[in-house]
Amino acid sequence: MARVRVGLFVTCLVDLMRPRIGFAALKLLETAGCEVIVPESQTCCGQPAWNSGDAPGAVALAKKTIAEFEGFDYVVSPSGSCGDHIRTEYPTLLAAEPGWRDRATAMASRTYELTDFLVTVLKVDSVPGDHEGSITYHDSCSGLRSMGIKDQPRALLAKMKGVELREMNGCEECCGFGGTFSVKFGEVSAAIAERKCDNVLASGAKAVVGGDLGCLLNIEGKLRRMGDENTKVLHVAEILAGDA
Amino acid sequence: MEIKSMRFKANAAGSLANVVLQGNLKNAKGKFVTKRAEALKDLDDFEGTRDAAVAIRNKVIDNLDLWLERFEQKAQETGATVMWAKDGAEVCRLVTEIARKHGVTKVTKSKSMLSEEAGLNQALEAAGIQPVETDLGEYILQVDNNEPPSHIIAPAVHKSLDDVADLFHKVHGTPRKTEIPALTREAREVLRGHFLSAEMGLSGGNFLVAETGSVALVTNEGNGRMVTTMPKVHVVITGIEKVIPTLEDLSTLMRLLPRSATGQSISNYFSILTGVKKPEEHDGPEHLYFVLVDSGRADVVGGDFHAMLRCIRCGACMNHCPVYQTIGGHAYGWVYPGPMGSVLTPLYAGMENSIDLPHAATLCNQCGVVCPVGIPLPDLLRRLREKQTERGLRPLKERIGLRLWAWVAQRPKLYALGASLGARYLKWLAGDADRIRLLSTAPEWSLGRDFPAPQGKTFRELYAARQKINKEAA
Repeated sequence: MARVRVGLFVTCLVDLMRPRIGFAALKLLETAGCEVIVPESQTCCGQPAWNSGDAPGAVALAKKTIAEFEGFDYVVSPSGSCGDHIRTEYPTLLAAEPGWRDRATAMASRTYELTDFLVTVLKVDSVPGDHEGSITYHDSCSGLRSMGIKDQPRALLAKMKGVELREMNGCEECCGFGGTFSVKFGEVSAAIAERKCDNVLASGAKAVVGGDLGCLLNIEGKLRRMGDENTKVLHVAEILAGDA
Repeated sequence: MEIKSMRFKANAAGSLANVVLQGNLKNAKGKFVTKRAEALKDLDDFEGTRDAAVAIRNKVIDNLDLWLERFEQKAQETGATVMWAKDGAEVCRLVTEIARKHGVTKVTKSKSMLSEEAGLNQALEAAGIQPVETDLGEYILQVDNNEPPSHIIAPAVHKSLDDVADLFHKVHGTPRKTEIPALTREAREVLRGHFLSAEMGLSGGNFLVAETGSVALVTNEGNGRMVTTMPKVHVVITGIEKVIPTLEDLSTLMRLLPRSATGQSISNYFSILTGVKKPEEHDGPEHLYFVLVDSGRADVVGGDFHAMLRCIRCGACMNHCPVYQTIGGHAYGWVYPGPMGSVLTPLYAGMENSIDLPHAATLCNQCGVVCPVGIPLPDLLRRLREKQTERGLRPLKERIGLRLWAWVAQRPKLYALGASLGARYLKWLAGDADRIRLLSTAPEWSLGRDFPAPQGKTFRELYAARQKINKEAA
């Protein structure tokens, strides 16, 4: 069987803040036997524009991303939020242009969040990494409620012998990030993050793990401001790849 | 009601600084969320019931004029008078006229959010008619200097037991009580006199049933029955979107409403009131009026926000909203708080008067998940943001910033350069630390948390370098 050709959508936040998450995703996909292509011209999926009311900007970036990625068998992203934007919102925001809408719809059905892709499509038996210690998992909103990402990361983490999963209270509750919400209403956003961090700390886990960097930056920033220096904040790809 | 939504940010800061409120919110959050989850367990098929509820509500709002005419005709056949109010001022005028016509000096009220929209209590007082709130929460607020409600079904949820104990001691001039049963008994004793002496009762309406001309009322304290059956005049004030076709439909919606609202399989009291008292009957009003209110609703029909008219006012969206849970209802500055309020306030009280509200959400979609009539609240909030941009209501700096960012993001080379410089700048801000304490480019972020430092180089730079090495090796 020909190797599956995957276009890796790195996300603008991983590009800027945490390249190692992108490399971890690359490693996981390559280890699972995929041919991974990282289109050089990719920038942002356009979600910030769409959620801020700039529809023309969102439409332009959607078309750009579709043109870059529609040639692959699958589009995979280490983010439920960006993945959901491509899968759910692209067909909606391009609804007025039938040609583009059809291209968006065709690509949407082949777009996956990383852990979902590994479990649902590739059905991997093992992961390259191992990790010693207890972790607690934060379910990010778009991934959970729009893409149904809940069991997939847990199933993959369960393949690692050294990992002990300690579920926190309210693991499905929003961390307060909300994209531009976090910089428009900083105090409210940080207060919501505090509830999340209280739950993280109460779980007693040594690391909090999630699938979306935005949430993770928010949680890490709040934990540190609260004086917690010990809890590691990691993207699930980093753990699965054995990079953390 | 006076709209204070333009002060959302300052209101929210006040809520965060209020230690007592924060404690009360935390307490309420757990109760609402847990009780709803428990109550839904004994519903065989939540999704199926919700689909049926969506279909019922859509059937009505897609042909609202038709169903309103059917309701009007049936209600008139039962001896009721149906009146139409285009806005809050007309509600106040009509209700005052009804009161005057029947020589009314005192009105007992069960909870009505529309009377809050219209500012009816103030209008009645100005006309020399005494309005008495009889829902315990609303009563507490009325005797506390007419404080506005902070929640649509638990109006005084922001208050603690201690707050109410102090208030009743002060207002009633009675010894301070600290037990809830003693406090409710005290309120009941005060209210009993009013129930017996009021000439007119005023209620909201959870649903209007077109096939029978009835109003359905969902209450927990029994005050609704006193208000609607004891006085000789009963006035129902409700929005035009509250009509439903049949009693069968009512039973479907009632499987969802109390469960979603208070986590009850059925409320303590559930009344279906039809027509005036007949000669052979002992209870009920001699005169029944329906004041059906538009106040912006008709303009929503058929537009981008049409789905919002499905709302059955259960409050589940706010109970599950991380923002509402953190700041409470008053911060939203008008009648309806939480996600529903952030959609309704711009629609009914003016987009320009509530600029912050559509943005005061993380779009986490917990509201959409729990909504018993499947309103896509995050989509509606996002659409309102788009409307604001289209109408030039957003700050110029934000609009230019967004356009510039989107422009750059369409130019990969320029974007790569910007990202590279950005990553280095942030790394420089962090210095040797793994975090930035004060983020000058986005100061709001670092008000309450640090900003983790970036690695320093972008993924694309590192990936290009790796590809080069791989190529040379090969």
